[in-house]
Amino acid sequence: MTIKNTIAVLVNDHPGVLQRVSGLFGRRGFNIESITVGQSEEAGLSRMVIVTIGDENNLEQIEKQLYKLVDVIKVIDLSSKPMVARELAMIKVKAEPPQRPEIMGVVETFRAAVVDVGTTSLIVQVIGDTEKIDAMIELLKPYGIRELTRTGVTAMIRGNA
Amino acid sequence: MSAQIPEVRSTDELREKWMKPEVITGSEILLRSLLLEGVDCVFGYPGGAVLYIYDAMYGFEDFKHVLTRHEQGAIHAADGYARASGKVGVCIATSGPGATNLVTGIATAFMDSVPLVVITGNVVSSLIGTDAFQEADITGITMPITKHSYLVRDVEDLPRIIHEAFHIANTGRKGPVLIDIPKDISAAQTLFVPQTGPVTMRGYNPKVLPNKIQLDKLTQAIAEAERPFILAGGGVVYSGGHEALYEFVRKTEIPITTTLLGLGGFPSGHELWTGMPGMHGTYTSNLAIQQSDLLICIGARFDDRVTGKLDGFAPHAKIVHIDIDPAEIGKNVPTDIPIVGDVKAVLELLNQDVKRANRADAWRAQIQQWKNEKPYSYKDSDTVLKPQWVVELLDETTKGGAIVTTDVGQHQMWAAQYYKFNQPRSWVTSGGLGTMGFGFPSAIGAQMANPDRLVISINGDGGMQMCSQELAICAINNIPVKIVIINNQVLGMVRQWQELIYDNRYSHIDLAGSPDFVKLAEAYGVKGLRATNKEEARRAWQEALDTPGPVVVEFVVNKEENVYPMVTQGSTIDQMLMGDE
Ligand SMILES: Cc1ncc(C[n+]2csc(CCOP(=O)(O)OP(=O)(O)O)c2C)c(N)n1
Repeated sequence: MTIKNTIAVLVNDHPGVLQRVSGLFGRRGFNIESITVGQSEEAGLSRMVIVTIGDENNLEQIEKQLYKLVDVIKVIDLSSKPMVARELAMIKVKAEPPQRPEIMGVVETFRAAVVDVGTTSLIVQVIGDTEKIDAMIELLKPYGIRELTRTGVTAMIRGNA
Repeated sequence: MSAQIPEVRSTDELREKWMKPEVITGSEILLRSLLLEGVDCVFGYPGGAVLYIYDAMYGFEDFKHVLTRHEQGAIHAADGYARASGKVGVCIATSGPGATNLVTGIATAFMDSVPLVVITGNVVSSLIGTDAFQEADITGITMPITKHSYLVRDVEDLPRIIHEAFHIANTGRKGPVLIDIPKDISAAQTLFVPQTGPVTMRGYNPKVLPNKIQLDKLTQAIAEAERPFILAGGGVVYSGGHEALYEFVRKTEIPITTTLLGLGGFPSGHELWTGMPGMHGTYTSNLAIQQSDLLICIGARFDDRVTGKLDGFAPHAKIVHIDIDPAEIGKNVPTDIPIVGDVKAVLELLNQDVKRANRADAWRAQIQQWKNEKPYSYKDSDTVLKPQWVVELLDETTKGGAIVTTDVGQHQMWAAQYYKFNQPRSWVTSGGLGTMGFGFPSAIGAQMANPDRLVISINGDGGMQMCSQELAICAINNIPVKIVIINNQVLGMVRQWQELIYDNRYSHIDLAGSPDFVKLAEAYGVKGLRATNKEEARRAWQEALDTPGPVVVEFVVNKEENVYPMVTQGSTIDQMLMGDE
């Protein structure tokens, strides 16, 4: 059974580490749906959050193969635990003045924000889990989406774990 | 007949000299650090980006540098050195084309878990990324085929990086580590602070000792098994676990097969040994795997050349997998008892508890019967030389005591089948990548590591032409390798596939235009001999053995000969083509 897995990978903040990790996924035939990287709580280490699709064996192999990389310190399978997962999207939507109130309605419902106003367009920023962002995009599509960018998922285990 | 190899100059006095904290260049740091790692021989080829390093080597005699004629020769030689000695092989090449010429050799070592430290020069740091003259992103190119790699950014990091590189290369699952040194770094000066202490790296902690619970499960499984079988691989040799394995077999009396890379890890004369498994393995080994109820895989990785069709592999067996690399466990074959640890350490612990597999007597008898009924066999001839007969000749005259390296093809399989190995590190062959051009230069490395042993390199007439330029190295350094060429005038293994799988459509396998190998040898100042029948063969081979230096012996053999048994792709391994019958 293929499922979506979210894993966090703590890595040395060295040049080329992202290439090592993404290269490993590529050559082992593992799928990357999204990958985000940034600082971690510890100086010198970065945390990557990778969303990947595969079955259980696949996930086990991914973990083991990642551990073989000398720059990988820790791999955590987030999706096996209760987690908070969020991504951010910015959507530049066509918005002539008559459509704006309607669009603002959608924005408010989703607790999104308008972060830029142009003469014929708005940039809407939305934060949430992947489903919420998908839904927001669906609702904005009829107005005409000019540009769309998503960060990919970043995530954490809930509670004190 | 020793090769001209410097005595190791690692005296305490010299060590003190190398250890002195002094302001020196990156190049000198490199040389001193290599010495501190115990390096006595490196293989290399200079060029612009490593000129500071080569300048530092001017008049330098604390280790030997062998100038090969191609970077591919250098890295295969370093690989052969490592396989035959257990030490880390070292090679040096310049940036760009020098570095890219190493790629095949790095991949070869990576696939077979061979410890190498590969040093490449690069353009000066400020030019990196500008498509400068002779620039190649060699760390990027080789990322998938190295265990780890470094691009040195600061000369002060150099001692630590070299020390770490040797540690990573030769611990855990071994493998090649690349150190890419920009030209300005090899020129820069800094205070050398020698690194010799233990290495600590947060992300690198190979697990040596196994989990006791799993060991107990295996001991129990052995007691219950009626048809237990051992599949041992290169990990036995690499961990130095051959004696522990011998003890394990002595205690349990479980029959054993060794993979291509495991040859020599268990004495091939032993009555419980069944020969190699897999595509060109023995009838006995393949049947035993398929019918076993307990398959104990030790330091082998279920390569597809061993397993054949995975669906249907060892269908009745409980699978035990002992490996230092956790990622191997469950990668190809689902495992019932996973044991992660160093093969030697695992076997030594097991040997404390394990007992004879008492329920397996009928099975042992069955295996003996298969062995007697269907050993490797071929139809000998008095008119043409048979390649199998040539390998038997080499075996008989050297009593299995030589170090044998091979290239890739039919001759490689015949060497694996008909030469009998009794010691580990006596067999050097490219298994995982199957690299033509490997056989001859790897023999040079093996000989450098073992100046006093007989080293025989068995090659096809095709692969010999991929690195034959290294004859020069043998000649000028008087490296006494006996270079055997099994000349069937074709790319034999390809011919075999075209015959058996592609309906005799012999597409582009004719090696017409090959040089006269005797003259080729002579052109380099190496003795060359040729044999076309048994009598000439015996005489030529004896002359080769009696000659103190390097010799090329060409055996002109039957072109149509095939390697049997053969499991074609998509079949399970008990579905073997047996050849003549
Ligand atoms: C670098 C490389 N190129 C191609 C191959 C594919 N290949 C495998 S065996 C073989 C034929 C080898 O012929 P030869 O060296 O004459 O040895 P023989 O099989 O005749 O013993 C070839 C071309 C390979 N293994 N390596």
